[in-house]
Amino acid sequence: MRSKYSQLLSPGIAALAALTSTACSGVQSALDPAGPQAHNISRLWWLMFYVCTAVFIAVTIVLGLAINRSRKISGAEDLAPELEMPPEAETRRRNIVAAATAFTVVTLFVFLVASFFVGRGMSAELSAKQGVVVEVTGHQWWWEVRYLNDDASSIFTTANEIHIPVGTPVTLTLKASDVIHSFWVPNLHGKTDAIPGKVATMWFQADRPGTYRGQCAEYCGLQHAHMGLIVIAESREQFNSWITSQTQPAIQPSSATAARGQQIFMSGTCNMCHAISGTEAGSNIGPNLTHIASRQTIGAATMTNLGDHLSQWIADSQKIKPGNRMPPHNLSPEDLQAVIDYMQTLK
Amino acid sequence: MAQAIPKPVQLVDIELTEADIARDKREMERTWRRPKGLWGFLVETDHKVIGLRYIITAFIFFLFGGIEAALMRIQLAFPENHFLNPDRYNQVFTVHGTTMMFLFAVPIVTAMGIYFVPLMIGARDVAFPRLNAYGYFVYLIGGILLYTSFLLNTGPDAGWFSYVPLAGPSYSPGKRVDIWAQMITFTEISGLAGAIVVIGTAFKMRAPGMSLNRIPLFVWAQVVTAFMILFAMPSVMLASGLLASDRLVDTHIFNPAEGGDAILYQHMFWFFGHPEVYIIFIPALGFISPIIIAFARRKIFGYTAMVLSLVATAFIGFGLWVHHMFATPLPQLGESFFTAASMMIAIPTGVQIFCWLATLWGSKLQMRTPLLFVLGFFTIFVIGGLTGLMLASVPLDLQIHDTFFVVAHLHYVLIGGSVFPLFGAFYYWFPKWSGRMLGERLGKWNFWLMFIGFNLVFFPMHQLGLKGMPRRVYTYLPETGWGNLNLLASIGAFILAIGVLVFIVNAISALRAGEVAGDNPWAADSLEWATSSPPPDYNFLYLPTVSGRYALWSQTDKTPIVYGLSTQKRETLVTSVIAANPELRFDVPGTSIWPFMVALATAEAFIVGIFTPWAFPIGAVLAFAALAGWFFADPDHSNKKVIEQTEGHRPATQPKELRAEEA
Amino acid sequence: MLRKVFRLKLLCVVNVAAIVCALMSVSCQREKRVFESSPPPAQSSQVTLSQIRPGAQTAASPASNDAENHAYDVNEGKRLFTQYNCSGCHANGGGGIGPALMDEKWIYGSEPVNIYSTIIEGRPNGMPSFRNKVPDSQVWQLAAYVRSMSGQLRKDVSPNRSDDMMPHKSEQASERKTPQNSSPPQ
Repeated sequence: MRSKYSQLLSPGIAALAALTSTACSGVQSALDPAGPQAHNISRLWWLMFYVCTAVFIAVTIVLGLAINRSRKISGAEDLAPELEMPPEAETRRRNIVAAATAFTVVTLFVFLVASFFVGRGMSAELSAKQGVVVEVTGHQWWWEVRYLNDDASSIFTTANEIHIPVGTPVTLTLKASDVIHSFWVPNLHGKTDAIPGKVATMWFQADRPGTYRGQCAEYCGLQHAHMGLIVIAESREQFNSWITSQTQPAIQPSSATAARGQQIFMSGTCNMCHAISGTEAGSNIGPNLTHIASRQTIGAATMTNLGDHLSQWIADSQKIKPGNRMPPHNLSPEDLQAVIDYMQTLK
Repeated sequence: MAQAIPKPVQLVDIELTEADIARDKREMERTWRRPKGLWGFLVETDHKVIGLRYIITAFIFFLFGGIEAALMRIQLAFPENHFLNPDRYNQVFTVHGTTMMFLFAVPIVTAMGIYFVPLMIGARDVAFPRLNAYGYFVYLIGGILLYTSFLLNTGPDAGWFSYVPLAGPSYSPGKRVDIWAQMITFTEISGLAGAIVVIGTAFKMRAPGMSLNRIPLFVWAQVVTAFMILFAMPSVMLASGLLASDRLVDTHIFNPAEGGDAILYQHMFWFFGHPEVYIIFIPALGFISPIIIAFARRKIFGYTAMVLSLVATAFIGFGLWVHHMFATPLPQLGESFFTAASMMIAIPTGVQIFCWLATLWGSKLQMRTPLLFVLGFFTIFVIGGLTGLMLASVPLDLQIHDTFFVVAHLHYVLIGGSVFPLFGAFYYWFPKWSGRMLGERLGKWNFWLMFIGFNLVFFPMHQLGLKGMPRRVYTYLPETGWGNLNLLASIGAFILAIGVLVFIVNAISALRAGEVAGDNPWAADSLEWATSSPPPDYNFLYLPTVSGRYALWSQTDKTPIVYGLSTQKRETLVTSVIAANPELRFDVPGTSIWPFMVALATAEAFIVGIFTPWAFPIGAVLAFAALAGWFFADPDHSNKKVIEQTEGHRPATQPKELRAEEA
Repeated sequence: MLRKVFRLKLLCVVNVAAIVCALMSVSCQREKRVFESSPPPAQSSQVTLSQIRPGAQTAASPASNDAENHAYDVNEGKRLFTQYNCSGCHANGGGGIGPALMDEKWIYGSEPVNIYSTIIEGRPNGMPSFRNKVPDSQVWQLAAYVRSMSGQLRKDVSPNRSDDMMPHKSEQASERKTPQNSSPPQ
């Protein structure tokens, strides 16, 4: 959805942007857009950046010239103050100041119009809720993700990871369970606050596959710094197969250690907070673990789900994310390994 | 007690001998002499003393805020650093913001007004000296409250703006946020007191001849700021008061489950919060004009446009607050209005900058340290203003809101727009305060270290914000790639800190052995330079009159003075609002213990009020008693005690009639 | 004049620095936040349940609950009370299936270790045993919260109103009740 305005400017801006944007690409970068909204915002940014740089250079040059052209003081008699300026000098200055002010007004108007059109383009599709609908609830300090569906048996809950099909608009309803959080995936769109007592709606879309990191952008307490999430944009087939696997309940563990791990999970503290569908663990205080092994990160994108990260997290998450809601666990090494084995069956 | 002056006022020629002047001077020094010791500290009401107390206290808080900033920069220099744990970091950034905004920025700029407005308009003191003293004590108590609790691990930790529900009773247990909420009240009461004092003084106590169109731009800026304070402070007092009430007496103002609203707090806070930054910025505009006038040796181009720009900025500044809330689910159309207003405010500020450039162009420029800081302002503030336009646009703001881009923007406008002019003002007016000049060589080192350090800290933050780094994070992951820019910023922070240190060294060495300044070392134009450095307690032996906008530059041998105000009691001249025609001889209240007593009652109410609501009725009773003393005790107009102690006999009580007036 | 003011301020700074060092060494206990789990002050098996004569009162125990001095811990107890569904039987303190917790009647003792023991061991007539289900540090937080419901804690440490619908006066506004022994319901 491009406004006429952006179509006029886009070739030039795109060229300039390509020159300078390499320094700005990155994991969580607003200037590395992967979707139409982030793309439009990025172009608005470059427009404003170049105009503002030009204004700044102009003001600095005028300032430099003004200093340069000032008559340098030589002797004490030169200190006599000028209370009157010759009328031509006054008039010339008045005209220049008026012209500069008029130029300022025009520039601001250009910015206002550009901003208005980009903004309009971003919310236009809001009314057309189509494609994927995801409900995201911010908690202290993790993201609960629920994929909604008209068919109730296809609704499932996961945490801190959102999969979306490339090229399809995804509607998000944002809620907060405790304090204000802000859902922000810079590569795809700007942020929207999730405020307790209110429901916010936004949509975004990924135009190319990839893994995009997001982070909570409203100070929400002790571990605001570690409240991240990832959005994985993949092909339609991959997305559908992911949905299918996510709607399945957990499979029963086959190996002995995994079975022992399940036993420890159910008889210990774990099922007081975590749910695994297909078992008797049904608490929704903490993230849903039904498919934990298929998730790429742990602790709200604080660590990757590789190597011994999960066992470090279970043993003492307070060392990694002090103040988070998960207490440390004093398990023997065999018991801990059994729990890990069980977790790894939860794909 | 005031005595009307009969109209029409007439100009008379009088002969003043050396002996007359010496006698008047002796008697004035006696009448206006300041009491000593701890008691003297508690009863003092001289605006210069109060002003300097504010400035020094605020500067100390600035240093504390700087230490907090240094702690943050150390923690953020490397990813996953363990220098500060998250709980401590959250307290540090909250106290940094609270200190800088409430305990440093607003008090110091209004303090410059409290010190200089009476001098610049040719008055002996402010309109309400005791209210002035009360404002200082309340401010000091608030600052001590904040820092004592910070050291006791009870420092607020919900951000300097303390959004609910995070700052509400469920998610901020303990008394940390209560300390914040009550401290706000102290600083706002102090701000309101200062604002009332400035408005009363600037409108009613100007020298004869200083009509409204001849008021120095410094005074205009202070008056505009004072009006902004009057309208903005009540909003934050309401926000913090309701937050305190939710936390202390179980109201549900911000509880959505019981019909309250979390966004209401944001509206109330930002209705104050946006004008707050203009309250910090506009006085700095008032520092820049006198410095440019003095060092360009020229009148300001476009005085009327400058004044109207100040007023327009103040007005428009009240219509911008929602731009802090663009990410909340508010209606699009409403948000667009605030985009337009936020961009519109660039116009009056732009006019000011263009007028200053027009003044500087082709002038007899003297490059001294105050002017260097003003030139620094130009470059830094313009960058800040331009990034402000970017933040004003709703779609772009949705990406950069609550990231380090905003941190960069706010520091560019506040440090560039307010702290740099403030340092320029320090260099410019230090001779007036102390009678000594600050060193030029150290001054240049000061400027360049601060300028380079500042840009090194905050320019990379623009990029950090665009690369996705949110605000108020105590650390970040190494994979984000933010480490290098953060390290650069931390290095810059230390260069900036050294720059500030150079200033302190400069100030101390100047006080010890600096070059002696005369009355008017800069050959400047405004009335504060018409008296000695530092000014005598009574400011002017004979109040001046004014025949042009640039008082000392349009003064001649024939410019009249005001002669005949009493030397036996503290008396000053009250003039009319528009044309400054003399109206009254006004008795200035002298020293008094009652402002301190009312401050103690206020302190009781709001400090004990953190623990029990009973503190408020008790505080009300105490305040009533202290206010009764304030209003009904006989104010010490003649400083009789001091006179009797020094002379041992009653002085002559016949005041001379007012003789010389303005044409 | 500036010099004199400066000297006075320098003296003040030196005095203040001394006070600062003193304050920092003390630190306010109410605001203490500990994120690593600390060892429990007593094991539930060490709690003396009664004095050794028939019908005697519950013995007082010397072990105190440090969580009762920290506002953060009591607030965590309140959060856990809701999240672990204690309200399912105790209904925000008013009781229902289980006894009321905000009144003065205590069946198994009102001391912190008694409450800790109740949660860990479970009790007849339906109170489950949460041993190994709830970590010890959290049990102490819950015990502190339970005592705050009947006003046993200091007002400045007790939690304020919740950000939910209001079931009762907040704990810090509740008046302190004198614990009395009670017998189990028949």
